[in-house]
Amino acid sequence: MSQIHTLSQASGAVAAASDARLRVLMIGLGSEILAIETSLVREIIDPVALTPVPGARQFITSLINVRGNVIPLADLSLRLALRRSPDTVDTRFVVIEIDIDGDPVRVGIVADKVYEVTEVAMSQSLPTPRIGAQWNPDLVRSIVKWKDEFVIVPELELLLT
Amino acid sequence: MIGLDPAETFRQEAEELLEKLEAALLDLGQRPGDADLVDEAFRALHTIKGSGAMFGFDRVASFTHDFETAFDLIRKGQIAAGPEIVTLSLEAKDHIRELIEDPISTSAAPGQRIVAALQALLAEGRQGAPAASQACAASEPSMPAAASAASGWRIGLVFALHVLRNGTNPLALVDDLRELGPCLVTADTDAVPALAGLAPLDCLMSWNVTLESSCPASAIEDVFMFVRDEMELTITPFSDAALINAAAPAESAAINAPETDQAAAAERESEEKPEPGRRMEGKGQTIRVQAERLDELMDRVGELVIAQARLSQLATAGSDLAIKDIAEEVERLASGLRDSTMGVRMVPMGSLFGRFRRLVHDLSRDLGKPVEFVTVGEDTELDKTMIERLADPLVHLIRNAIDHGIEAADKRALTGKPATGRIELSARYVGAQVVVAVQDDGAGLDTARIRAKAEESGLVAPGAQLSEQEIHQFLFHAGFSTAKTVSALSGRGVGMDVVKRTIDAMRGTIDVATAAGRGSSMTLRLPLTLAIIEGLLVRVGESRYIIPLSAIEECIELTPAIEARAKGRNFLDVRGDLVPFVRLRQHFGVSGEGEPFQKIIIVTLGETRIGLVVDQIIGSHQTVIKTLTKLHSDAVMFSGATIIGDGSVALILDVAQLLAIGQGHRDSEPTAEAA
Amino acid sequence: MAAILTVDDSPSVRQMVKLVLSSAGHDVTEAGNGAEGLEKAKGARFDLVLTDLNMPVMNGIAMIRGLRQMPALMGTPIVFLTTESDDAVKLEAKAAGATGWITKPFKAEQLHAVVAKLVRT
Repeated sequence: MSQIHTLSQASGAVAAASDARLRVLMIGLGSEILAIETSLVREIIDPVALTPVPGARQFITSLINVRGNVIPLADLSLRLALRRSPDTVDTRFVVIEIDIDGDPVRVGIVADKVYEVTEVAMSQSLPTPRIGAQWNPDLVRSIVKWKDEFVIVPELELLLT
Repeated sequence: MIGLDPAETFRQEAEELLEKLEAALLDLGQRPGDADLVDEAFRALHTIKGSGAMFGFDRVASFTHDFETAFDLIRKGQIAAGPEIVTLSLEAKDHIRELIEDPISTSAAPGQRIVAALQALLAEGRQGAPAASQACAASEPSMPAAASAASGWRIGLVFALHVLRNGTNPLALVDDLRELGPCLVTADTDAVPALAGLAPLDCLMSWNVTLESSCPASAIEDVFMFVRDEMELTITPFSDAALINAAAPAESAAINAPETDQAAAAERESEEKPEPGRRMEGKGQTIRVQAERLDELMDRVGELVIAQARLSQLATAGSDLAIKDIAEEVERLASGLRDSTMGVRMVPMGSLFGRFRRLVHDLSRDLGKPVEFVTVGEDTELDKTMIERLADPLVHLIRNAIDHGIEAADKRALTGKPATGRIELSARYVGAQVVVAVQDDGAGLDTARIRAKAEESGLVAPGAQLSEQEIHQFLFHAGFSTAKTVSALSGRGVGMDVVKRTIDAMRGTIDVATAAGRGSSMTLRLPLTLAIIEGLLVRVGESRYIIPLSAIEECIELTPAIEARAKGRNFLDVRGDLVPFVRLRQHFGVSGEGEPFQKIIIVTLGETRIGLVVDQIIGSHQTVIKTLTKLHSDAVMFSGATIIGDGSVALILDVAQLLAIGQGHRDSEPTAEAA
Repeated sequence: MAAILTVDDSPSVRQMVKLVLSSAGHDVTEAGNGAEGLEKAKGARFDLVLTDLNMPVMNGIAMIRGLRQMPALMGTPIVFLTTESDDAVKLEAKAAGATGWITKPFKAEQLHAVVAKLVRT
């Protein structure tokens, strides 16, 4: 909850006007809600068996089989220092495709809950809070408001690399 | 086949022929008297000329002609294949390639120069030799009467006895005459015996034809072009029959002049020599397939193999014999399909090595350093895309070996080495990897100078503690060069960093080994990442892993006795050899003590061995290697992952990395390859 | 339609021959050298054989001699392709049993003309 409090403090400052609207998928992760651009989302699947990868970075320690493709599974809560409870019936893996060094790479992201696909106006986006946030502000593209909640639009490529 | 463009086929074919030609020429440089090689070169040139002309590569055809002639003379023993001709022919080969690649704007100047040089060589070489073949291009028999007749021709046709056997159909020829104009044909059957004595394939009839046509006599000659020398053809204009009638038989007799017969006999002799059987020319047709399609095919086969593994697992678990049967059949088919698909992608390294012979030949000549180039393991196969990516790195390594490695001949003499340097390019399978090495017998790397240069360019603080290996790694820094003078060939500091990057991108490694005064070697280790491999499925803790079967030497039970003997030092006594072993539970962060009945799997890479301690051996498994994404580039202990029977993912152990771990930090860079 | 055997170690030439002749409705069989040509001819009937002379493994002359030993091919027209205007080569091939020749480079029309001239169906 302290997270949201931190964010609302920053809500006074409004980002430079932009008419761009972004289609995003809202997912819950710990106490936060993240908005993932739908253009990156390939599919949403039920949790499958994980294969740990010894020696890999902490937030990306597993591999999963998605229809014959072996892809890494990232738990962004570990990257964003969010507290996550164990898997529930709502847990899903969101498969996204991002660009790493010019190559498309598929990655699964753990979501505690998948809410909906919606459009957010980037004009309403708030600047990334510089003070008080527990994570590196570079990893957050912006903060938008959705149904009275503050939602993080993460810089996925930076988050994962 | 209809949609294909023969000109494109020709380009592809010419590419292969040029490679053969180059190989033959280079061999010829070493064995100047080898008739098979001359034949090979001649035939390649001959086909390039002939087919080139067919498909509009006129410049190729006319340029190649002179070389074909030259090799024909060599073939006939009239001139010798000296080093000048070999070098010139190599240049010619390059020019031919340019002409094929760009038939229009390729400059004619080099071609003219090459031909002029060749002519000079030939003139020199042929002095005193009989000039027989000069007369080869004899013109077609000239026409008895070039003038056209007023109203028509009387034509007499007497064929040789055997023409029917040669596929000539006299009636068809008479029909052809009818196409020139209205004909009156009379057959003379006087020589035909009674039916009993008739040999059906003897041509005993003759014909007289009166042709009403104002066509030239040459048009009539053309009809009989193929049988002109096997018949008596008399062509007489209506007006002056008597005069030419007398002249005609003499004319046809002249064609069989004795000197021509001799030439034919000589030709027969050379043609009849049995062809050497060592070449595998009859390898059939090839078609071009886009690489992406092969990738796609490989993916599909990979998926099939995975699905098949799951089916086998289900069938084994169940009790239905019929399903077990089908599962086995599917397994057999899938593995056959897998092998053929991989085979399609695999290319022997020899196809790549061949290119370097020329490089060495040219460098050796330009630098004035005689070099013997030895290739080993041409049969080692590697995925085509990997071979293509290897080409540039190897060019750099070989170039460096000659330019920097091999000393000048006089310097070699001082150190008691043979004047001719030696460069060996080798490829071999080592465990689950392919090892490609470039080794020279030159001066070796000057470690002190590399260090000085590194300090000078600020790559390392002066006086820092560095191992030799660490110092050699500076060679791979961008812009790093120790050459005192920048030659045209190397020493510009570009290359080695590119080599390193390329090999890194293939998940390979480069080892540098050197011995002062004795030479140095660059060893590339490349994983078989694209392949499907046979693996051993093992369990460590809760997870399952694959160990490439080709790297496995044996499996041993880790008995309490062995544990006791090891005394915590993690060394294993395998029939007198001390083999270090690695407890994978520890390395993979599995908590808790090892299970009872753990197994040690001895894996090997080159000369080093190591034991891997696992909790359980599950069985062998056909493994479709899926490369790990860049997100897992820090997971160095694994070369990839695969999907196993139950649909879960298993990691594939990178044996080379584990070996390095097992060897300990005292010796983390394998130097077993040291020259 | 005629059954035609084309023997050449140059795939592009074979392909061209096949392209031209099969588009005229002929049935074209390919062989990469003389030995292969003999193999293909065994037990088969051809209305015409087109062959290169200079080929690896077995050259055209030797193949022509072999073909002429086969009863089914005794009277079949055999035409060789040659880059030479060399009469010695022609005589040599003729002596081996060739019917005629085509000088390379040749055009599709020449090929059609030869087939029309030698193949009567």
